[in-house]
Amino acid sequence: MMYSEKVLDHFSNPRNVGEIEDADGVGEIGNAKCGDIMKMYLKIDKGIITDAKFKTFGCGAAVATSSMATELIKGKSIDDALKLTNQAVVEALDGLPAVKIHCSVLAEQAVRSALSDYYTRQGIDPLPIVGEIKEPEE
Amino acid sequence: MEKRFIYADNAATTAVSEEVLNAMLPHFRTAYGNASSIYKLGRDAQRDIEDAREKVAKALGADPKEIFFTSCGSESDNWAIKGMAEVQEKRGKKHIITSVFEHHAVLHTCEYLEKKGFEVTYIKVNDKGLIDPEDVRNAIREDTALVTIMYANNEIGTIQPIDEIAAICKEKKVIFHTDAVQAVGHVEIDVHKQGIDMLSLSGHKIHAQKGIGVLYIRKGLTLPNLIHGGGQERNKRAGTENVPAIVGLGVAIEAATKNIAEKAAIITPRRNRLIDGMLKLPYTRLNGDRDKRLPGNLNISFEGIEGESLLLMLDLNGICASSGSACTSGSLDPSHVLLSIGLKHEVAHGSLRLSIEEDVTDEDVDYILEVIPKVVERLRSMSPVWEKMMKGEKYA
Ligand SMILES: Cc1ncc(COP(=O)(O)O)c(C=O)c1O
Repeated sequence: MMYSEKVLDHFSNPRNVGEIEDADGVGEIGNAKCGDIMKMYLKIDKGIITDAKFKTFGCGAAVATSSMATELIKGKSIDDALKLTNQAVVEALDGLPAVKIHCSVLAEQAVRSALSDYYTRQGIDPLPIVGEIKEPEE
Repeated sequence: MEKRFIYADNAATTAVSEEVLNAMLPHFRTAYGNASSIYKLGRDAQRDIEDAREKVAKALGADPKEIFFTSCGSESDNWAIKGMAEVQEKRGKKHIITSVFEHHAVLHTCEYLEKKGFEVTYIKVNDKGLIDPEDVRNAIREDTALVTIMYANNEIGTIQPIDEIAAICKEKKVIFHTDAVQAVGHVEIDVHKQGIDMLSLSGHKIHAQKGIGVLYIRKGLTLPNLIHGGGQERNKRAGTENVPAIVGLGVAIEAATKNIAEKAAIITPRRNRLIDGMLKLPYTRLNGDRDKRLPGNLNISFEGIEGESLLLMLDLNGICASSGSACTSGSLDPSHVLLSIGLKHEVAHGSLRLSIEEDVTDEDVDYILEVIPKVVERLRSMSPVWEKMMKGEKYA
């Protein structure tokens, strides 16, 4: 199976690994049974994502897509982060093998899940803003 | 710690040995005759093929007439199982016994036969990865066409009680086939003494090239042809013989089977050191029986991490290994072998298989044992599953 250099780079030197103690939004997606779990932590200030960190249990692509997704949303507005698509993550990584596309979907959903948590903490119903979070099929 | 290159995936494939390559080379440019040709160049090729056949027969305790060259281990399995199914169907026997943790070359062939109206019993294995021969006995019926049970498992390396199973089949007058692709060259095999009716092997696991295999078929058994055409392989398997590959296999199997005990004496302590070293890490387990396993095989689960990531990390450190995680099996499910011995999905995902040979030195073992804790710790430190495990939370 062929991983691009970018994927291997983000796997071996993942950006933004870790936790944010006083995160404003935390999202988790996936399950250990199917082999991928991503947990995403966001720090949000005046609608801007000032910091993003992640922890991932999963394959090389799961780590690389988590890493890339955090890179793509850091410093961006919530609105921009909500526009992040799995396709954008795949492109930023110079592509993914077909069997690994689901990892990029997880990364996209992990961001949305964290934003959803952010709104919930603000007392705002996230559903109209963030939409349904898609859990992977078992 | 200086980076090394360590090939620890011999169960996946092996390098062609120098000895094998040297035996093969003349057959490309000088001794390239078609073995069916009448002139000397052809007759020489025929002779070299028969030499190789004798070597294979000798290594297995068989008669050369019982040895058929095929294109791979998978072909041998397909031919043995589908061929015997076809023969037996005519006698009204449409039941096959196999095990849940066979290689896919056997499992998918059996599933294909199920679609053709055969009934298949999949014998379960115990938590050590061993089959109870009595389960085979109890599964045998009037209409059982064939029992096919692997000699040694390709993932967890467990060696099955082949003598007992063969004896039961003989007593019950049922044909017994074994996929010995992982066993040849690592355990002593004598098909006649053991009462094995058919046996598959593959060249690339024993330092011959990829794309050459053998099916041993006991004298007195006849299989229908899998490939129709010319009269090669005693009219049983058409196709101009792959002379270089066949010659190479002859040399390879002779080398692989001549000093099995000596090799095991070198490899086993190193393998055991690897096992003990890795089991020192918390939340790890050895998969498969510790003693009834191939000398070079180890299979360990590291909870809280995922196998493909582990393999990539090891690769960055120059270590070639394999895993039973879903991500390496190309599906959402982890290895059927690991599930068959009772591992939970999330544990099976974090498994590592090493299959070493004598070239992996004691220093290499030291190196592996230095690298593994580091990469396991690193992956665990970034794993939300591990985090939950440590907090005692539910994670699956
Ligand atoms: C147990 C077992 N059977 C069959 C095969 C298939 O052999 P080949 O690759 O020669 O088709 C393998 C190899 O992966 C194996 O390990």
